[in-house]
Amino acid sequence: MNVLTDNFSTFAEGFLGTVELTVYASVLALVLGFLMASFRVAPVASLRALGTAWVTVLRNTPLTLLFFAVLLGLPRFGLVLPFQVFAVLALGCYTSAFICEALRAGINTVPREQGEAARSLGMTFRQTLSLVVLPQAFRSVIPPIGSTLIALAKNSAIAGAFSVTELLGTYKTLSELGYNIVWTFVWIAVGYLIITLAISAVFNVLEKRWGVAR
Amino acid sequence: MTATAHRSPAHRPAAHGSTALYDVPGPRTRRRHRMYGVVSTALILALIGWILYLLFDTGQFTYTKWMPFEYKGIQELLLRGLGNTLKAFALAAVFSLALGGVLATGRLSDHRPVRWISTLVVEFFRAMPVLVMIFFIFVALKVQPLPALVAGLTLYNGSVLAEVFRSGVDSVDRGQREAAFALGMRKTQVMSHVLVPQAVRAMLPAIISQLVVALKDTSLGYLITYEEFLHAGKLIASNLDYDLPFIPVVMVISPIYIGMCMLLSWFAQRVSRWERRSPKTEAVKVAPAEPGTLLPGGGRSPTAPRP
Repeated sequence: MNVLTDNFSTFAEGFLGTVELTVYASVLALVLGFLMASFRVAPVASLRALGTAWVTVLRNTPLTLLFFAVLLGLPRFGLVLPFQVFAVLALGCYTSAFICEALRAGINTVPREQGEAARSLGMTFRQTLSLVVLPQAFRSVIPPIGSTLIALAKNSAIAGAFSVTELLGTYKTLSELGYNIVWTFVWIAVGYLIITLAISAVFNVLEKRWGVAR
Repeated sequence: MTATAHRSPAHRPAAHGSTALYDVPGPRTRRRHRMYGVVSTALILALIGWILYLLFDTGQFTYTKWMPFEYKGIQELLLRGLGNTLKAFALAAVFSLALGGVLATGRLSDHRPVRWISTLVVEFFRAMPVLVMIFFIFVALKVQPLPALVAGLTLYNGSVLAEVFRSGVDSVDRGQREAAFALGMRKTQVMSHVLVPQAVRAMLPAIISQLVVALKDTSLGYLITYEEFLHAGKLIASNLDYDLPFIPVVMVISPIYIGMCMLLSWFAQRVSRWERRSPKTEAVKVAPAEPGTLLPGGGRSPTAPRP
């Protein structure tokens, strides 16, 4: 029990590290995922191919391999950045593939008659997209995006094993100090539960407000 | 989920008016699209060219860096690593399926305490990062790397599979269950003779795509010094004699890893397509159990590999 009270600052640092990593990587994943999803439904074949390649490769890449390649590989490439930035890059790119697929599935849930109706009213492409299709797509993708971001938060643990400051990594410091390892892990588990529950709470609110009644 | 969401991208070309987004383009629009196509192709090629230039510029294709792959010892090291990866995967797959079966049975039990305990176990292990479990077993319980990795993967994937199994059994048409009970079958008989056989067929794609997750996660073994594929790669990559061939190692290892996972994902898609065509399972549709837990899933095909 006193593992937590004695080392509150270590835990807090790790916890904040995980939160930071999750937030930055989520933003990157959402932006890249949106970009790739728009590529995948674009009328231009080469962009569609790029989107498909991005999704297929990243969804089938083990995240550890991606971390390995980005954190240890890119520096050999002549690109030297702080580990934290590399971790955000790896996590964000990886998750963007799943976000992209969620968004694309969301766009596909909008019946095509909706678009046809919008066009027959004389709406331009931009109006069709922003006033008719996207609002409906957005509502149906809230739950899958929520669970993808929860998975991202859980996956951020891998960054800790690659010596980025985050929650799981705190166990090393504390076991060196001779604290009870089981309790250390209990508090780490509690930390992750807080983060995943918070994300799920946010998305439950979003879903209640905007979600589709099925 | 509508039928269009299930169709693969090949059957759903965006430019041919089958999404809500576009009309069939006219001649002027087609010309414009062709122009966009040329410009974006040029940009993509430029990007690839730039990456290639960087690779050459930093000397990634020098003979010294590729030399290690010529040696038999190193090839054997890589093969042994790959073998260990597949071993961990096979063990994790078998145990996860078994644990998933047990937990699903528990969740479908008529006894409330059993149901509660199974639910608690499933929810807890789905909410924890797999790596935390693996580290806990490895560091705190002082288990060897392979059993620790397999145990961690089993707990996580077993819990997810339990949800897949449960939703599969629940999605079998109610009438089937009622008819079986009406014939005087006991609950065990109803389960094993009527519900499970029908559920398994429908669940198969979801099960296989969960196995893709397990296969991807075997690489976590690298972090607890299990001598798997990535570990073998790291050994070669950090060898000074070959001028630290890091990028070449990544270029050799990644296609193999990604290829294995893609093969399994492709198989899952194949199976789900067969299932969809089969009239026997048409009525049953299994929603994928979400990895994130705590949230209802929607808009995802059961064959999609999960994060």
